[in-house]
Amino acid sequence: MDKNNRTRVMDESDVHGAVARMAREIVEFNEGTDGLVLMGIQRRGTQIAALLVSEIERTEGVSLESGFVDITLYRDDLMVVGPRPIVGESKLPSRGVDGQKVVLVDDVLHTGRTIRAALNELTDWGRPEFIHLCVLVDRGGRELPIQPDIVGQRVELLETQSVEVHVPEIDGALGVEIVTINSETI
Amino acid sequence: MASSPVPTLGKDLVGLESLSQEQILMILDTAEPFKEISERRIKKVPVLRGKTIVNLFFEASTRTRVSFEFAEKRLSADTVNISVAGSSVIKGETLVDTARNLEAMRIDMVVMRHGSSGAAKFLADRIPSNVINAGDGRHEHPTQGLLDLLTIRDHCDRVQGLKVCLVGDILHSRVARSNIYGLLKLGAEVAVCAPKTLLPSAIGDLGVKVFKRIEEAIEWADVLNVLRLQLERMEEGYVPSLREYNRIWGVTARKLELSPQDLLILHPGPMNRGVEIDSDVADGPHSVILNQVTNGVAVRMAVLYLLAGGQPGSAEAAKKEAGT
Repeated sequence: MDKNNRTRVMDESDVHGAVARMAREIVEFNEGTDGLVLMGIQRRGTQIAALLVSEIERTEGVSLESGFVDITLYRDDLMVVGPRPIVGESKLPSRGVDGQKVVLVDDVLHTGRTIRAALNELTDWGRPEFIHLCVLVDRGGRELPIQPDIVGQRVELLETQSVEVHVPEIDGALGVEIVTINSETI
Repeated sequence: MASSPVPTLGKDLVGLESLSQEQILMILDTAEPFKEISERRIKKVPVLRGKTIVNLFFEASTRTRVSFEFAEKRLSADTVNISVAGSSVIKGETLVDTARNLEAMRIDMVVMRHGSSGAAKFLADRIPSNVINAGDGRHEHPTQGLLDLLTIRDHCDRVQGLKVCLVGDILHSRVARSNIYGLLKLGAEVAVCAPKTLLPSAIGDLGVKVFKRIEEAIEWADVLNVLRLQLERMEEGYVPSLREYNRIWGVTARKLELSPQDLLILHPGPMNRGVEIDSDVADGPHSVILNQVTNGVAVRMAVLYLLAGGQPGSAEAAKKEAGT
C-alpha cells in the first residue's frame, strides 16, 4: 500500500526516553503532583498520556488522575469536510477539571487547531487552575498562536513530508516515523 | 483515521426501511459518545452552531418534541417549534407552502411529525433542507426505532440473534414498523403479538412471527416491546373493553412468570398503566423504559450530527483531515 519513504526518527526506547524526560519536566514544572491531571487528546494523545501517567506514578510513587478528550465536535472544519467524522469518547477526570493543574497531551503538534478545539472543550467542562501543553513531537507549521510547554522531540519537515506517531494500542508498535511522499509514484 | 469508507446517511432520515445495516450501526455507534455530553455540567457542544432547525409538529407530542429539542440545543443549534394543532389530514398545498415559507427564512433542517403516512418523504422530496421524520401516520418513527435498538444493545450487548416481540396495537403503530425494519436488519428474530383486529392482515410479509396468545410470546422472547394501546381507537371498536384488553393482552407480573428468563421490557410511551402494561412491570427491575428516554436524546443528537452539513463528494478531504 505504501510506496512512500519512511524514516524512523524515534524507536521504542527513544520514545520511552523522551517520555521519562517529559514526565520529569511535568513534575518539575508543577512543583509536584498535587492537583495534577493529565488529559490525552484522542486517540494517540491518550496513549502518550497513559505512558506519562505510568512513568510519573512509578517515579513519584503516587496515583495520578487522568482523562481524555475527543475534539471531533469542536473541530472548526466540521461543516466543510465530507462524511461526518467518527465521534470518539471523552472522559473527564473523576474530580472534574475545576481548579486542577491540567496537562494536555497530544502525539503531534502541527497547526495548533486540535489544541484550540481541546482548550474549548476543557474550558466548557470547568475552570482549571492552568492548562499546560505537552507533545511528543512538534513538527512546526502553526496556524494559531499556540506553543507547547513540554516537547519530546522537534522535527523539521519538508513540504512533502509528514510525521506519524505509532502506539501499540492502535498501530501495533511504539515509534515515530517521518513519511516522505514519493512524488514519482503520484 | 479510518481507512474503510465511512457510510453516510444522505440528506434525510425518513425511515429505517431504506437504511442499510451499516448505516443503522453507524447511528448507534455515533450515539454512544453523545450519551456522555448529557452527563456534563455544561451540556453543550458547538457542533451545530449557526444551524437553524424547525420542529414542525402537526400532531401532539411531548416526549419526542422535547427530546429533539434537547438534542438540538445540546448541539448548539438554534431551534423554532411550530405546532399545528388539529391538522390531521395531509393537505398537499398547505404542507408545501409551509415548507416553502420556512425555506424562505433560510432554515437548515426540519424535524416533522405528521398524521399522514408518507408526509416526511413528501416534504423531503420538495425542500433542500434535511428532513427528519419524527413520526408520520402509521408509517415510521425512525428515531424511536433507533433508540429502542440502542437500549436493547445496551442491555443485551447485542441485537443479532435476540428474540424480540412487539406486543399490542401493531396496526396503528409507526413505532412497530420502525422496530421491525431495524431489528430485522440487525439480525434479530422478530415477532408480533396482538388481537387480530389490531394486526395488519399482511404482517407476515415483513418477515415476522405472529403469536396469537401473549403467554406464548412471553415464553419465546428475550425482549418485549409493549406498544401503547391508542385509547382513541377504542371508540372505533378494535377492542371490546380496556379491562378485557388488560386481562388477555396486558403485560402483567403474573404472565411474566411464564418466561424462563428475565425479560427486558420496553415501552415507547406514553404508558396506559393497567391497560397494556401493569405498574409492577413498568416500574420493575427489568424495565428499561426510562433508559429509552435517556437514549432518545443521544440517538437524536447522533442523527442531527450525521445529517447536518457536510458536502457529499469531499470524502477525501474528511479522510485527510481526520489524520491531523
